[in-house]
Amino acid sequence: MLSKTVAELAGALTRKEVSARELTQAYLDRIHQLNPALNAYVTITAEQALAQADAADARRAQGNAGPLTGIPIAHKDIFCTRGVLTACGSHMLHNFIAPYDACVVERLEQAGAVMLGKTNMDEFAMGSSNETSWFGPVRNPWDQARVPGGSSGGSAAAVAASLCAMATGTDTGGSIRQPASFCGLTGLKPTYGRVSRWGMIAFASSLDQAGPLTRSAEDAALMMNAIAGTDQRDSTCLELPFEDFTAQLNQPLNGLRIGLPREHFTKDLNPAVQAILQEAIRQLEILGATFKEVTLPNNYLSVPAYYVIAPAEASANLSRFDGVRFGYRCANPANLDDLYKRSRGEGFGDEVKRRIMVGTYALSAGYYDAYYIKAQKIRRLIKQDFDLAFNDVDLILGPTSPHTAFKLGEKVSDPVTMYLEDIYTIAVNLAGLPGMSLPAGMLNGLPIGMQLVGPSLSESRLLNVAHQFQKSTDWHTQRPEV
Amino acid sequence: MSWETVIGLEVHVQLATNSKLFSGSATAFGAEPNTQASIYDLALPGTLPVMNEEVLRMAVSFGLAVDAEIGKRSVFDRKNYFYPDLPKGYQITQLEFPTVGRGSLKIQLEDGSEKTIGITRAHIEEDAGKSLHEDFQGMSGIDLNRAGTPLLEIVSDPDLRNAKEAVAYLKKLHSIILYLGISDGNMSQGSMRCDANVSVRKKGATEFGTRTEIKNVNSFKFVEKAINYEVQRQIELIEDGGRVVQETRLYDSDKDETRSMRSKEVANDYRYFPEPDLLPVIIDEEYIAAVRATLPELPAARCARFVSEYALSIYDADVLTSDRAMADFFEAVVTLCGDAKLSANWVTVDLLGLLNRSDLSISESPIKPEQLGTMIARIKDNTISGKLAKTVFEALADGETDVDQIIESRGLKQVTDSGAIEKLVDDVIAANPDQVAQYRAGKDAVFGFFVGQAMKISKGKANPAQLNELLRNKLKAD
Amino acid sequence: MALDKNDVEKIAHLARLQINDTDITEVTQRISNILGMIDQMQSVDTSAVSAMAHPFDAGQRLRADQVTERNQRDYYQSIASATQDGLYLVPRVIE
Repeated sequence: MLSKTVAELAGALTRKEVSARELTQAYLDRIHQLNPALNAYVTITAEQALAQADAADARRAQGNAGPLTGIPIAHKDIFCTRGVLTACGSHMLHNFIAPYDACVVERLEQAGAVMLGKTNMDEFAMGSSNETSWFGPVRNPWDQARVPGGSSGGSAAAVAASLCAMATGTDTGGSIRQPASFCGLTGLKPTYGRVSRWGMIAFASSLDQAGPLTRSAEDAALMMNAIAGTDQRDSTCLELPFEDFTAQLNQPLNGLRIGLPREHFTKDLNPAVQAILQEAIRQLEILGATFKEVTLPNNYLSVPAYYVIAPAEASANLSRFDGVRFGYRCANPANLDDLYKRSRGEGFGDEVKRRIMVGTYALSAGYYDAYYIKAQKIRRLIKQDFDLAFNDVDLILGPTSPHTAFKLGEKVSDPVTMYLEDIYTIAVNLAGLPGMSLPAGMLNGLPIGMQLVGPSLSESRLLNVAHQFQKSTDWHTQRPEV
Repeated sequence: MSWETVIGLEVHVQLATNSKLFSGSATAFGAEPNTQASIYDLALPGTLPVMNEEVLRMAVSFGLAVDAEIGKRSVFDRKNYFYPDLPKGYQITQLEFPTVGRGSLKIQLEDGSEKTIGITRAHIEEDAGKSLHEDFQGMSGIDLNRAGTPLLEIVSDPDLRNAKEAVAYLKKLHSIILYLGISDGNMSQGSMRCDANVSVRKKGATEFGTRTEIKNVNSFKFVEKAINYEVQRQIELIEDGGRVVQETRLYDSDKDETRSMRSKEVANDYRYFPEPDLLPVIIDEEYIAAVRATLPELPAARCARFVSEYALSIYDADVLTSDRAMADFFEAVVTLCGDAKLSANWVTVDLLGLLNRSDLSISESPIKPEQLGTMIARIKDNTISGKLAKTVFEALADGETDVDQIIESRGLKQVTDSGAIEKLVDDVIAANPDQVAQYRAGKDAVFGFFVGQAMKISKGKANPAQLNELLRNKLKAD
Repeated sequence: MALDKNDVEKIAHLARLQINDTDITEVTQRISNILGMIDQMQSVDTSAVSAMAHPFDAGQRLRADQVTERNQRDYYQSIASATQDGLYLVPRVIE
């Protein structure tokens, strides 16, 4: 039961095979059993969850339940939750009881989803392995010696290990898609501006987007229906009419033109991963898609450009953590400077401090043009590459990650190697495009994902392709033995 | 050695909106600490700015009032620095693409000539909170009520050449801002704050000297004093063989001196970059035209109209129109009494004198336009003399309200009965035969003596025109 | 671009981060490595390219000038470490 999709669980709830309370209790039991090993959750809100479940059951009894009513969900700990610890993977916020709800949290609550707790993550979403968390690493349910990916590692592990039915994540450079790939899930990073960032603790404001981590494309569409849409509290949130992301799921793929970026299918890509992608391509051809090569000549610059833009924005976004109004404050500050330097020095972890320093440097006098402006120009080149490619194809297919989940500790000592983990995902954030990862195969008992990228606002089409692929394959139904 | 002073002013004007620049918090002055600080103003993580449309309208209206270029695409930037009154650790401001670009305004110099002062730009930004230094066990207290209040920072070109010009410029800005109604302009509450960039150079030099920035000058008087002090300091420093250091200095009005702000000595690197939480503000000609249509008549235009419509002197018109409320007051008085010249005199001399003595603004005037207008009307219709009107004015200033009742109860009504005045004249002539003889012998100056005597007897109530006429006739006739 | 210890200390001061003396060499090395990776950008000619600050070209949406917030000071200050009389406390600010 617990490993079913949201769509299946919604059916079971409707048919009264199970109540939201029973379902919630069952997930809570499993969390208590498995979370100590996996460390996917950092906060479990059992009492609140059961109250929400009862409310969902009552709502269903009244006949005004939606598809998410009573479905247990886990929120990445980057989303503010009123009255609940919101630590963002950081010692800095170890005591931050948010006085308000994030828009995403609010909307899912309105849809009737039941919050089980908050999931572990890389500190301030800065990481690709969930190893930078102040709460310790998350273990991949497929192999506990391995990382779940990051930064939404706790959410991905929770969904994969059936510690919830669905989860929220955020993606600044691949933080939904790469963990989805490593944990065998469907993860969608929406078009920049689709989902409100209100209440989502900012890492890099012009790149951050919230999105779903689920067991299927259909589930992702159901979640998108709840979280997408204009929010007056986020000036960068697009004003669009309501879109039903499930409406196009069942369209046939005949005539679909898919581009394969030459730069992604090179000798640098693990041959076994390449073979899995080839198999997926063959499957999509059977479903009616045609393939052609496209080129993203500036993709190789996406990691350098990203590691200027994201740290630059982060260096300012994280200035508010100063020990004054909330969060960690050092003991007995000698003076104002000491308050700032020690609160921040002791409150932030190494990776966060590194990125703040890189960003500070990139913006400082004398380096602004050479780093920040240069990166913004490269950002435009990268966007233009995609624009050109989408003249010829409807969407682009490639790897999400160069390989399957790696071992804990394997890359954590070398930041640059870790950064290159995101070589296939980062350009999508720089261009503000929607991208998703869905399971494409298994390699040595570990899942591996493929990435679909579309033009702005093409989420429905991406979900349609993913859903059709999932109807004809069973990679997404594989579950780890935990 | 002859020196020339070069001054540029940066004026921060708090815009009189209901809510803050990027949040829905109130902006009222004087609230309990931190009761007007929302989660955005407190910079809680995950909160985002949403811009107040009224701020844009106010900024554009200011730009139009000073004939400035209006930025069709203005961009917000983050200015990064750590300070407890700056909760986000950055101030949202406009660096490269301000809403108001190059403009200018004219000031009147003491010799009556006009000078045009360039306005470099005016940009929208957030105000900071306040640090309170009362002793909290050696700590400072932070109040963020003011944090996020919209400011318009108006930067002048270095066109000002002495402290008086600086004050004239500042007063002109103040006047425009009040006309537009975009700020209360209250300098003592910090609604209008001035930083002055001051340098000196030898007369005839083309390059600027090293400048210092004087902060925290919060009245017209202190601006003048602070600049004069700083100019003198710089000249003496250079003449003694020293060099001016580029630095920020604080004006201490108690000691009437500027002093270096050591805490800001470390060169700041503000690391400006475009604010990613906000998109560029795009406006079109239609928007600008709509704002232009709502602009009130501005001081310069109103001054010109007062000269042409009311035949006032340029001086009087300028005094009256420098303050929108005063110009409104004046026009209300004219409407009631129909005499612009008299109205101008009473407003600029008597009323302004009264207000200055009691340190009141025109809106706090104890005498309302209706009362002053009625009073002048009573002068016009010969009910009272101009001289006795002063008594009415004093009574109004003391809080009495009804002009006619004041005239009635104090018996100030003029004597206009020609029989009564004739008798008065006859009595005066009869009682002063020596003076009559002098007058008739050609000593015209004695005429005033007769008027004085007649007024004395009538307690000032005889109608002066009638009295003069009858006196002349009678003195001539015999 | 390789940084030296002084550069890192200057940046750390700008960012108000305390870096322990024992860590400074490693931090310097790691940041230099990151900047080395970033410097790949310098090989591309971008003179004809305009900078892109946002994923999409759009204008700012504005809100009406209305007070929508009410006083919640006590609630908000319940998560602060040091307050008194409604004020947030910090070590003395020297003007």
